[in-house]
Parts: sequence; C-alpha cells; structure tokens
Amino acid sequence: MSKNKQFVKFDNVDKSYDGKILVVKGLNLDIEEGEFVTMLGPSGSGKTTCLMMLAGFETPTHGEIYLDNNVISNIPPHKRGIGMVFQNYALFPHMTVYENLAFPLRVRKIPKDEADKKIDKALSMVSLQGFEARMPMQLSGGQQQRVAVARSLVFDPKLVLMDEPLGALDKNLRESMQYEIKHIHESIGVTVVYVTHDQTEALTMSNRIAVFNDGKVQQLSSPDDLYEKPVNSFVAEFIGENNTFNGTVSDVSESACKVKLNNGTEILANPISVKAKGDKTTVSLRPERALINPENKMDNNHKGKIKEVIYHGDHTRLRIDMLGNEQFILKIPNSSSNLDIKLGNEINIGWNAIDSRALDPK
Amino acid sequence: MSKEQILSSDGVPLEVSLKKAERRNKIRALMLVGPLFLFLLITYVFPIGDMLFRSVDDRMITSKLPNTFAALEQWDGKELPDEEVYEAFYKDFYPLAIAKEAGKLYQRLNYEKSGFSSGLKKTNRKIKKFEKGNYKEQFMATHKIWNKVEYWTALKNTGPNWSYAKYLKGMDLKFDDQRNIVQVAEDRQIHKILWLRTLNVAFWVTVFCFCLAYPISHLLATLPMKYSNLLMICVLLPFWTSLLVRTSSWMVLLQQQGPINDLIVWLGLAANDNRPELMYNVIGTFVAMTQILLPFMVLPLYSVMKTISPSLMRAGKSLGGTPLTAFIKIYFPLTMPGIGAGCLLVFIISIGYYITPALVGGASGSLISNTIAYHMKSSLDWAFASALGTMLLVGVLAIYWVYNKLVGIDNIKLG
Repeated sequence: MSKNKQFVKFDNVDKSYDGKILVVKGLNLDIEEGEFVTMLGPSGSGKTTCLMMLAGFETPTHGEIYLDNNVISNIPPHKRGIGMVFQNYALFPHMTVYENLAFPLRVRKIPKDEADKKIDKALSMVSLQGFEARMPMQLSGGQQQRVAVARSLVFDPKLVLMDEPLGALDKNLRESMQYEIKHIHESIGVTVVYVTHDQTEALTMSNRIAVFNDGKVQQLSSPDDLYEKPVNSFVAEFIGENNTFNGTVSDVSESACKVKLNNGTEILANPISVKAKGDKTTVSLRPERALINPENKMDNNHKGKIKEVIYHGDHTRLRIDMLGNEQFILKIPNSSSNLDIKLGNEINIGWNAIDSRALDPK
Repeated sequence: MSKEQILSSDGVPLEVSLKKAERRNKIRALMLVGPLFLFLLITYVFPIGDMLFRSVDDRMITSKLPNTFAALEQWDGKELPDEEVYEAFYKDFYPLAIAKEAGKLYQRLNYEKSGFSSGLKKTNRKIKKFEKGNYKEQFMATHKIWNKVEYWTALKNTGPNWSYAKYLKGMDLKFDDQRNIVQVAEDRQIHKILWLRTLNVAFWVTVFCFCLAYPISHLLATLPMKYSNLLMICVLLPFWTSLLVRTSSWMVLLQQQGPINDLIVWLGLAANDNRPELMYNVIGTFVAMTQILLPFMVLPLYSVMKTISPSLMRAGKSLGGTPLTAFIKIYFPLTMPGIGAGCLLVFIISIGYYITPALVGGASGSLISNTIAYHMKSSLDWAFASALGTMLLVGVLAIYWVYNKLVGIDNIKLG
C-alpha cells in the first residue's frame, strides 16, 4: 500500500480571530502518512492555531483542511478521530488511569474485553502497566504525560496531535520523553503532528519540521537541512546558534558571491537568496563551521579578538570581535588545549564560502 | 524503629527545643485568633447553648410551688388529693398571690391544660380570705378546677424540671393525662404542615437556584475577563442591596395590579378581572427566595468551574465524546464540589428563611421560621420557640451528615 503523500493537507488556509490580524496567512502544508512533522516557531507564530484547526477546535477563516483526502472543516472534533495530547495533559482528574484510557473506547462502544486489551497494549507502550487504578493526581508529571500519550493512541487514531506536551517537564525527563515518543511513533507508524517552541525537541524527534513565523511556514524540511541549509535569516537565527554579518553584495555568480561588509571587508559567501549586485544581505555562519588557526587554506581568513571565554564542560565557547561583529561565537571542543585562547588574544579564524550563506537581509 | 531520643546540639531533646522555638509563634497566632474565638463564643456558642437550655427548661413552676410538688409525690392520681396537698398548695400560692407574682404560673399551667388560667385567677382573688384549716373544701368552693382529678394530674405532670414536651408540640404530639405520647387533634396539627412546607420550599428553591445558576456560572467561568466581570457584578448587585428592599421590590412586581400581572393580562394568559395571585402564597415565596439566594449558588459553582481547564472538555471531544457525553462524563462530575456546596448552602439558608416568607408568603407561604418568630414576639412561649429552633438546627445537622455520607464534606468548595 502506497502511503498518502497528502494525508493532511492545509490548502491556502487563513485564520483570524478578530477580523483585523491574520494569525495564519495562506498556509499550505502537506503531511505524509506516517510522518512525524513538527510545527516549530516562537509563541504567537500561529503554530498552535494550525493544530487547533486541524483538531477542529478552531475553524479556518478561509481555505480548506483535508484529512486523508476529505475536507474536514465541517466535521466536529469528536467525529474526526484524531488523537490529541494537550499541553497540560488534560487527564480527567476524577477518573483513574484505566477510566481515562477507557473513555475514548467507551464512547466508541467497543466491547469491554477488547477495550481492556487495547488499554493494556497502550499502557505497555508507555511502560505504565500496573498503574490502571491510580488517579492522575497520584502520578508524577512524566507519568501523567505518558498516560496522556497512551490515551491519545488507545483508540488507534491515524493522526495524533501533540501540543507542546513536554513543556511542563524538567529537562532530563523531557529528553527521555522525546526519545520515548519518537520510538512509539516509529513502532506504530502513526502520523504525528507535534507543536513546540523548543528547537532541540524538534530536531531530535521529527522527520520534517515546519518553521513558523508570522503566520507563515518559513521552511519545511528535514532537521539536518533545516540546520545546515536554512533558506532565510529567520530560520538560520531560530534554529541553533548563528553568526551573522550584514553587508551588500558586490559580486555574484552561480556558486559564490562576494559580500562587502559594513566595515569595508569583503567575504566570500554562498548565494542563497541574493540575486544581483547591490542587494542587501545577511550572511549566516554556524559557529562550528569556523575554525581557529586553520591548517589548510580556507576561503575566508580573518583575525579576531577574544572578548569572552565561557566554559561549557564538553566545549568552550568564545565570543570574538571580528569584522565589526562583537557577538561572533566560536565553539571549540575541550580536547585540544594547545590553542592560545586567552581573553584579549588575537586569533586567526577561517571558514569556507559554502558554509557562509548569504540570505535575505535582516 | 529505635527509641533513641534525638538531641539538638546543646543536648536538649529535639522535640523540647522545637516546641520552645515555636512557642512564640504559637502564642502570637493564638492572640490573633483570640478575639474571633471570643466573639464566636459570645455570639454563637452561648446563644445556641441558651436556646437548647430554654427548650427543655421547666423549672419555673417547681420553684414556685415546691411544697405542692413535694406533697403530690405521695398522691396516687386516682382520687382527689388529700387535705395536706391542698394545704401545701395554699402555702405556696398565698405568698405568690400577695406579692402578685402568680402571672407566670397561669400561663404555664394553661399551656398544660386550658381552664387553669381562669381557675387560678379566681383563686388568686379569693385566697386572701381563706381561713386556717380545711383548705380542701375552701379550694373546692372557690373554683371547679379544684374538684377535678385531671387538673391535679396536669399539675403533677409539670413536676419534672426538664421536659421535652415542647419538642412533642413541635411535631404535633402531646402527652395525654396518662403521660402517653399521642397526636394532637387533627384540626390542631399545624406544625407538621409547616415543617413539610418549609422542606418543600427549601427543596424547590434549591432546585430552581441550581437550574438558573449552573448556566450563569458556566458563562461567568468561560467568558473573557472584561465581560465576566460585568456579569459578576450583575449577579452580585442584588447581593449588595438590602434584603428588605429586594423583597419589597418583589412585592411591587408581584402584586395583583403589578407589572407582572399586567404583562400576563396583556399576553392574554389571564382575564383582567381574574388576575392570578402571585403574592401572599407559596408562589411569591418561591420566586423571591430563588432570586435572593441565587448568588449563594452562583459563587461556589463559579469558583469550581473556574478551576476546570477548558482543555478537559476539548480532550473529551477529541477522544470522540459528543459535546453532551463530554459534559455528562467530564464537566458535570468535576463541578460536583460546587454543586454540593451551593445546594447545601441554599437549602440550609432557605429552611431558616424569615423575612421573605413573612412579607410575600402570606398564610399559605409562611414557614417554620415565621412560627418561631411568632412565638418569640407574640405568644411569648420562648421555650417552644427555642424547641422549634433546636429542631431546625438538628435538621440542618442531619442534612449535613447525610451530605457528608453521600458526597463527603471534603468535596465541598465554597470559594
């Protein structure tokens, strides 16, 4: 059976709450069956609104949403058969874990023995067997989260929505839950649409990530593409750490361009969204792509002054004043200690043109 | 577990030094609570204790007629008592008559058996001219009550210092001459009707309040702040108006020539010369009490609904429950603490409600509280008023107990 490439389809969807501001603007998004897609973006970027429209709690102001090739705008939430995990878990506090899980099965009139099997399976998926009789209040945050996940999966929905489900957990628990959710997704092959503002979460878990800003999808691609090949300044800035130089294009060809920075220096860059000479641009460079005292010849070589040294355990972070940018960040692994990294020292820094991407001006 | 005592660093047992350290705070806390405690003692515990005491206290008559009761001890109750009883009564009654202190006696004995009052009054007038000796004949000549065994039996029955006769009266029961508990005559059974009516009114007012308050509270809890504040003020506004003003305004609205009746006539629901009576009956009591007690239902419901996350209903729907199922299975059970608190509050307040039924209730809409007030102010039978009050109190406690058994008092949320 071939997988539906457009299992979920947002077709030119607009959403406005007050008739003045569009929180979602002309959204087009296709999600493949079995995929784990994350909607990532700052708060107010429209990602949760999209999720709520998909779940049926909000109606699109314009455009259609398709689920498995059917228009769902007129289907009420309880008939959509979409599992959902809420930000604050939304476990029914007056029901036991078992009753919470049984709720979607009971309303579907599934016989008790079959329901029991499903509940058992769902609970074993999140390794919570034996917790059936507990009340949600007697569970830790992580356990409640697992129950919420199990409840969203227990009725075998084809699509599960997760609205920042790990937001309330502490860091360690969040990380282990990320893997757990990822493994559940892999093992049962359900389509997941996941909303978060935490980029590490998005990068760890997703097949594809849709970066939202200002009501629009800025980029939809796999985590590595998103990090390595951001298509605009917002994505470059939002995902991971980023060094930027502002300047004007002084020369441009197919594969390379020269950017004249504001202090007069020219650097070589990879032309992504610059078209012609004279375009304003922001050049983006990942910290780990710049090397200190490079042995081989690199496309760009410049001197910088160390302004700050921050020890991070596995690596050290340097803030360097270079080419007019006082916030240039470098990461060096803590194995090579022969480098002369002392506050105020001048060091040579080099990087290749391909890694410095000339994007739209910020 | 080891029994070894844990010592603090200076060698004092830990418990002792902890107590010492906390003592200052405890004393300070007590001083803050003290005035309230005292206030409660004076304004609540003492009056209720006094009420309980008065309802069973029947010592007055024994203290006025000590010799009589001592003499009556020997009396078998079959024939008229002997001369010595009459003599003892003379000894007791003569000083009272001289000092003009017999008034209370008439009243008390007349409750026991009618006829006593006139008999004693006449005796009071004549007793000053009694001659020494042969009191039995002189008494019997004075008034006919003194040659009837029933009156002596009634007098003897008032002997015990403590009596629950008032409680029996509150339930339309009484002692007959042989001290058996019997029902009073059918045409005099008024209290039973009053109790039933009081419970009935309280029940329906609670039901009406609940039906009206539930949607309002839900709206209050879910509306955006700026609208919900306005609505809240609308709910509370009557709360801040004097109870008397509100009741009187209902009297204006409900009277036969009032706007509501005008509206009914205008709508053609009733003929102009046959306007329905909306006041001075149970309808008026229902309407006015429901309106007045509504905030007591809204506030606990609102405070509970406010805490229910809207995502729970959403979760219910996304899991496949219809809005109705989600409401019945999720929202409604979660509002139970508020429902319990609101209903209990409204019910308890309404069984003791006084002003509204007094003003708009009329004869068929007056409640037990009005009877209590009547006995306090008009008949001056404070013991009976106290007994009714105590019965009301016990009733409320019983409801509270039943509620605790059914729902659990921990499940109550007042705000």
